[in-house]
Amino acid sequence: MSVRKRVLIAEDEDSIVASLEFLMRQCGFETRVARDGDEALACLEEFLPDLVLLDVMLPRRSGFEVCRYIRGQGSLRAARVLMLTAKGGSGDEARGLEAGADEYLTKPFATRDLVARARALLGVPAP
Amino acid sequence: MLQSWVVVLGSFGYIGLLFAIAWYADRRARAGRSVIASPVIYSLSLAVYATAWTFYGSVGRAAHDGVGFLPIYIGPTLMILLWWFVLRKVIRVAKLARITSLADFVASRYGKSALLGGLVTVIAVIGILPYISLQLKAVASSFQIIFQYPEIVTGEKPGANPILQVTAFYVAMFMALFTIAFGTRDVDVGERHEGMVAAIAFESIVKLVAFLAVGAWVTFGLFDGFGDIFQRANERADLARLMTPLSADGALANWVWMTVLSMLAIVFLPRQFQVAVIENVEETHLKTAVWLFPLYMLAINVFVLPIAFGGLLAFPQGVDPDSFVLTLPMSKHMEGLTLLVFVGGISAATGMVIVETIALSTMVCNDLVMPILLRWKRMDIAARGDVTRLLLDIRRGAIVVILLLGYLYFVVAGEAYALVSIGLISFAAVAQFAPAFLGGLYWKGATRNGALAGLLGGFAVWFYTLLLPAFAQSGWFGMEVVKHGLFGHDVLMPTRLFGLDGLDHITHAMLWSMIANIGAFTLVSLTGRQSAAEHSQATLFVDVFTQTGERGVSWRTTTSASALQALLGRFLGPARAAELFLAYAAARGLNSTDDLDADAELLDFAELQLAGTIGAASAHAMVATIAQEEPLGMDEVMTIIDEASHVIAYSHTLEEKQQELEAATASLKAANESLKELDRLKDDFVSTVTHELRTPLTSIRAFSEILHDNPGIDAAERHRFLGLIIKESERLTRLINQVLDLAKLESGLAEWRTVDLDLREIVSDAVGTTSQLFKGQGVTVEARIPRDVPPVAADRDRVMQVMLNLLSNAVKFSAAGSGRVEVRIEAEGASVRVDVQDNGVGISREHQAAIFEKFRQVGDTLTQKPSGTGLGLAICRQIVARLGGRLWVESEPGRGSVFSFSLPLAAQPAGAPRMARA
Repeated sequence: MSVRKRVLIAEDEDSIVASLEFLMRQCGFETRVARDGDEALACLEEFLPDLVLLDVMLPRRSGFEVCRYIRGQGSLRAARVLMLTAKGGSGDEARGLEAGADEYLTKPFATRDLVARARALLGVPAP
Repeated sequence: MLQSWVVVLGSFGYIGLLFAIAWYADRRARAGRSVIASPVIYSLSLAVYATAWTFYGSVGRAAHDGVGFLPIYIGPTLMILLWWFVLRKVIRVAKLARITSLADFVASRYGKSALLGGLVTVIAVIGILPYISLQLKAVASSFQIIFQYPEIVTGEKPGANPILQVTAFYVAMFMALFTIAFGTRDVDVGERHEGMVAAIAFESIVKLVAFLAVGAWVTFGLFDGFGDIFQRANERADLARLMTPLSADGALANWVWMTVLSMLAIVFLPRQFQVAVIENVEETHLKTAVWLFPLYMLAINVFVLPIAFGGLLAFPQGVDPDSFVLTLPMSKHMEGLTLLVFVGGISAATGMVIVETIALSTMVCNDLVMPILLRWKRMDIAARGDVTRLLLDIRRGAIVVILLLGYLYFVVAGEAYALVSIGLISFAAVAQFAPAFLGGLYWKGATRNGALAGLLGGFAVWFYTLLLPAFAQSGWFGMEVVKHGLFGHDVLMPTRLFGLDGLDHITHAMLWSMIANIGAFTLVSLTGRQSAAEHSQATLFVDVFTQTGERGVSWRTTTSASALQALLGRFLGPARAAELFLAYAAARGLNSTDDLDADAELLDFAELQLAGTIGAASAHAMVATIAQEEPLGMDEVMTIIDEASHVIAYSHTLEEKQQELEAATASLKAANESLKELDRLKDDFVSTVTHELRTPLTSIRAFSEILHDNPGIDAAERHRFLGLIIKESERLTRLINQVLDLAKLESGLAEWRTVDLDLREIVSDAVGTTSQLFKGQGVTVEARIPRDVPPVAADRDRVMQVMLNLLSNAVKFSAAGSGRVEVRIEAEGASVRVDVQDNGVGISREHQAAIFEKFRQVGDTLTQKPSGTGLGLAICRQIVARLGGRLWVESEPGRGSVFSFSLPLAAQPAGAPRMARA
């Protein structure tokens, strides 16, 4: 029995946070929520997530910055990053991947798609 | 030995030899191997300047004036130094414009003026007549003298010597035939006469040899060299005087004027122009002529004084010094030498007569008769078939008439003066061409009218001061005018005009005629204007060395090429015309003349070819008849100037347009920049709207899928999720409505129903409407409404929208429980202000401007993110601005905010009571 995978949800919209929390918990992951960029950074060191669901348009500190921070920290080397954005521009996707994101999803996304990608990133086979 | 028949046979033999030479030269020319293409031949042909007048007359003048004969030869020598500059230019122009004569040259320079060409021709003919008569006199005299051999009889008056007159008449007629045979033998009436030039060059050799022979014989045969002659002459008082130049009164002036006169003569005598310019093959021949011709002049003058002194010493009084050259060898019975001298004299005379009359006949034909015929409608020259025959006939007729007139002059006035004096009268006449000719060559401002005035003035003075006295002296009419002046006024005495005395009559005439000529020419030219045609010709002439060789094309309408060729054919012969057109076509890469367009260039070409035959003025008139286009007149010039001014105006307009364009470009650039900025803003807006739309959609979709995929989800959670879906759907709807509303407001498509509005009513309604909201949040609201508020002009629904937005914002940012909102209305000046004050979180100064922008929400991040679209205040500001009012905020963080807006008062009818009085 492996340790439960930890997922950090960095998102400022309450309703989206609620849906993501539900989906991740349904998969059996442990979740933590950060409502802006600063909070996300603060959580990272302590929570040491295996996956970060990262909104690009976070208040105070953007998702790109948070992603770059994660990639710059040796302790967070194992963390996977799945970026979420409400902006549909391809430029954003490129910027996200450049900043070190492993996956990139545009809102609104299909929940099954999100779950499948999260599982894949965490190496958890589908039930 | 020297019987009459020997003399006559010798003369005919000599003339036969000349014919042979001419025939040979012509044949060579046709074969393309010109004998006259030699600088030596050219120089010798120039020696046609030395006529019978030189041959016999120089000795005569020397016997009378001593060295006074010299200026007539010094002048040409001086002039020749200028030839490389002056004559080369003349030749260049003449070749370019295919000039046929002196008159043609002048006419062509002044806009192809037929009038000017005619005037020059008339002056030339009248002026040259004495000169021709001089030749006739010299030849007739020499015949008479030689027929008397071995007796020596000279110096008889013509009236007493009908034989001389008869002889002169025969000489004249014979010379006419001779000239006709020489100059107008061919159907080819082109301007060049190769045979004639060759014969003239030969004659120049003969007369020089003859003169040198007799000179050498006199000097070294009769006497013991120059020293002996001059010493013997010095021993006689009357002869010693002759060796001192400038001894008489006014001699210096006479010398100077005589030199000037001769300088002009070497250029402006029609025969000199003919051989020097028209017959010139190559400009470079001038380089040889510049030294060879003066050398010839020197050679033919070396023995003048010795022969004169020899004659004066050898003969008693009574022998005409003009005949010394002939009578000296006769007196010593040197029969061979006598015959040689006689032939030399004939040579000198015939050379002059042939060239002079050919030149004059060309002028008469091209510049006098043709223009008249062309204007004479009944002749209809242009419609005639072959005109070459007519041209030849005109020239032949002209030759005969000129020689007859020369003969008449001889009969009337021939004995009044010595040979030299008669010649000088002609010199003075042709000198009148100088101002118009040289002025036209170097001064672009010289006008046709100036040239006409100068020529007429100079010629009139010449006629009055020289020709009139010559006629009078011959007894043709009374001497009253000469002795007492016109109408008895002394100041008008022809030989002492305005009291000018002490000069010989030639110098006197030259002075006055030149003053009149140059004065009129300059004055009229300076005060008058040139026509367009004149101007283009002036440029062609004056700038000939700097031009590219392109002639100004002045034809504008078209005819057919074949009609042009036919026209040319009438004057040049059909074969020659066909040849020219074929060459023209070939030069343009065309195979056939049928392909030629009768454009301005071809018309110009045809005119040029015609000019070579009938002169510039006639050629122009001729082409004008077929092109059915008058030469450039004042009207056309005005049109051209008009067009030019249009062009200038147009270019001004262009300049303005350019400036406008630059300004437009600058403003376009600015507009483009602002458009780019707007575009960027639009992109931002669209991007932001998209984001704002995607966010609620994300939740709605996520929860829908969750609910769909998890049918067994527990009821409480299902309820919560459905609530979120509903909330997010409402948010989405609101957002869409507000975006559409904003778009409507910004585009100006929103409908406005502006009415007189009582703001108290609006505020009360708004507060009433939101009371539930306030209650729910635990925020108190109070409206302080004064009793007297004037109505504003506004849209009721829109103002209500603004009020509701401000109130809901106040609730949103106020603390639950302790929140307090106050609404006030206040009339101030021309507007009414509404304040909505809260005691909420407040807005920092740097955010106060931003909150009115789209999607700029400033919330208390420590608490929850404010719900709302971020468009409310932007919409409010739009509405208030559209109603002519203002929306602003005053706030401090932690101390609440006051949102205020003011609206303008409704326009009130004068004296109307204020409505809505409470």
